[in-house]
Amino acid sequence: MADRPTDRPAPPEAHGPLLVGREHTLASVTDKISSIVLGRGPGIGWYAGFGAAFLLVMLLMYAVGLLLFKGTGIWGINAPVGWGFDIINFVWWIGIGHAGTLISAILLLLNQQWRTSINRFAEAMTLFAVACAGLFPLMHLGRPWLFYWMMPYPNTMGTWPQFRSPLVWDVFAVSTYAIVSFMFWFVGLIPDLATLRDRARTPITAKIYGILAMGWRGSTVHWHRYELAYLLLAGLSTPLVLSVHTVVSFDFAMSIVPGWHATIFPPYFVAGAIYAGFAMVLLIAIPLRASYGLQSFVTLRHLQNMAKVMLATGLIVAYGYMTEFFFGWYSGSEFEGAMLLNRVNGPYAGMFWSLMACNVIAPQFLWSSRVRSSPPALFCVAIVVSIGMWLERYIIIVVSLTRDFLPSSWGMYSGTIWDWATFLGTIGLFVSLLFLFIRFLPMISIFEMRTILPEAEVKEPTHEG
Amino acid sequence: MKGEGRVYGLMAEFHDPGTIVTAARRAYEAGYRRMDAYTPFPIEELAEALGWHTRGRLPKLVLLGGLLGAAGGYLLQYYTAVIAYPMNVGGRPLHSWPSFIPVTFECGILMAALTAVLGMLALNGLPQPYHPVFNAPNFALASTNRFFLCIEARDPRFDAVETRKFLENLCPNEVSEVAG
Repeated sequence: MADRPTDRPAPPEAHGPLLVGREHTLASVTDKISSIVLGRGPGIGWYAGFGAAFLLVMLLMYAVGLLLFKGTGIWGINAPVGWGFDIINFVWWIGIGHAGTLISAILLLLNQQWRTSINRFAEAMTLFAVACAGLFPLMHLGRPWLFYWMMPYPNTMGTWPQFRSPLVWDVFAVSTYAIVSFMFWFVGLIPDLATLRDRARTPITAKIYGILAMGWRGSTVHWHRYELAYLLLAGLSTPLVLSVHTVVSFDFAMSIVPGWHATIFPPYFVAGAIYAGFAMVLLIAIPLRASYGLQSFVTLRHLQNMAKVMLATGLIVAYGYMTEFFFGWYSGSEFEGAMLLNRVNGPYAGMFWSLMACNVIAPQFLWSSRVRSSPPALFCVAIVVSIGMWLERYIIIVVSLTRDFLPSSWGMYSGTIWDWATFLGTIGLFVSLLFLFIRFLPMISIFEMRTILPEAEVKEPTHEG
Repeated sequence: MKGEGRVYGLMAEFHDPGTIVTAARRAYEAGYRRMDAYTPFPIEELAEALGWHTRGRLPKLVLLGGLLGAAGGYLLQYYTAVIAYPMNVGGRPLHSWPSFIPVTFECGILMAALTAVLGMLALNGLPQPYHPVFNAPNFALASTNRFFLCIEARDPRFDAVETRKFLENLCPNEVSEVAG
């Protein structure tokens, strides 16, 4: 046991709200975070939460089983709306994932120390969101067991993927993103896995964490390369995360459907992704810090900063909506104009105006520092924004497809009960994975928390260097 | 490797980062080279004190990996679209390079990232199931709040008695012999 309250004086630094509670030392940070994993079994709350989420996973299993048995006919998609919930949910989930990479990579490059206590679970969130996202296009294939046909390999059919299609770009972008996010997350975990190995109380736990830690011993030479590799990964992930949502937006922008064919899409999609992602990080962080008593790690300052990022990206998204309308008017194309009028005034107008309320009006509350400092208020805004971002994708995808160039081919769309079941099921999958993650892995990066402690500063007693 | 056998080296345990950085610097000045420090978090000054001033090979390897990945991705698309499965779409050229850029980019990033991770592990010699330093007393605390400096027995200046004396002068908590 690492005990011993240190004899070091209290840290004098005090500029702005704290990033980590004043009382913390190397030992207390390690203790506090690792005991969540290594301590006595999880409480009743964990079982209740995991159980509820797992029920939704069962629903997902049922919905997917039925889909495989009967085919995509159980969903609401049909001509002319061939992309429904599946693509809406795909874009929604993958967008949510982007905040994790943004926090871990871009904020690292920008030297933002406040990322330290939120990057680990934000990265986990990325992974799980990408897993949920990946399910949808896969199931939308109709015959998901033939998904490997999308990969370029010499085959007996003599065919190859069409590399001029954004859908093939998407396969490469999303799978690269999943692999790189996993590596980034795992590399970040290695030193903490070694901590868990060294502090494990049973030989079995020590063995499992030991295998995962791969013999990490904190050697200075290793740290040196490790930090370099981590920085390189951050540098590589930054353009990657921007490219992924850009490619996702190309799925739409490269087509000629009114409402999709717009050059504003890549930046507008990326901003929307970060917006939705930060909302989701808040949705996870606020209950986590309350239920595990982590207020001294995930401080108000973190919540305030995330709220500010949400406000900024929310404004960019609002600008994106304005630009779409400007394009519709300025293009002089009657189809573009009709598409926009149809959004505002057509059969889905209710959804459009809810979208405006959720994504444009709701974030304006974040101008108030009282709202930014109140976790419950932030939680509410984050929920509203998450719903808003889902509606945005609904409007872009469905409303554009229901009315194309020929009135004779117009049609309506709505999700069936199985669409909803699958969507809810993936939310259950996401939440269950998060519950498992906080149970078995340190949800805050222990070694990075150590580096921002005053105790970690190198204060050499001598004079000459 | 001479000197290997029973003793791996002498391990000094320190209580705070400042002391170990000074200790490492003094050991380097005293001519010791075969040594390493073990700490719960990265300490830049320590790497410098131990004589690590360069970035090493990793960045170059990553650049190479990225370039090879991007080139491989582009060639794959060229081969597919021009040689293996040419498809005339509205008379556009088969070698339609602008639409090959996204996949080229993704392949480059993927290979660079794989090189960064696998290269870091390989250069560090991980995974490594056994290492003698884990035999040192209290070494489990190297991942919590203790700082260790190990002068290895294979260092030409290593001497079981003299080196121990030297280390004991650097204000450690404890100096102990590490079995090999």
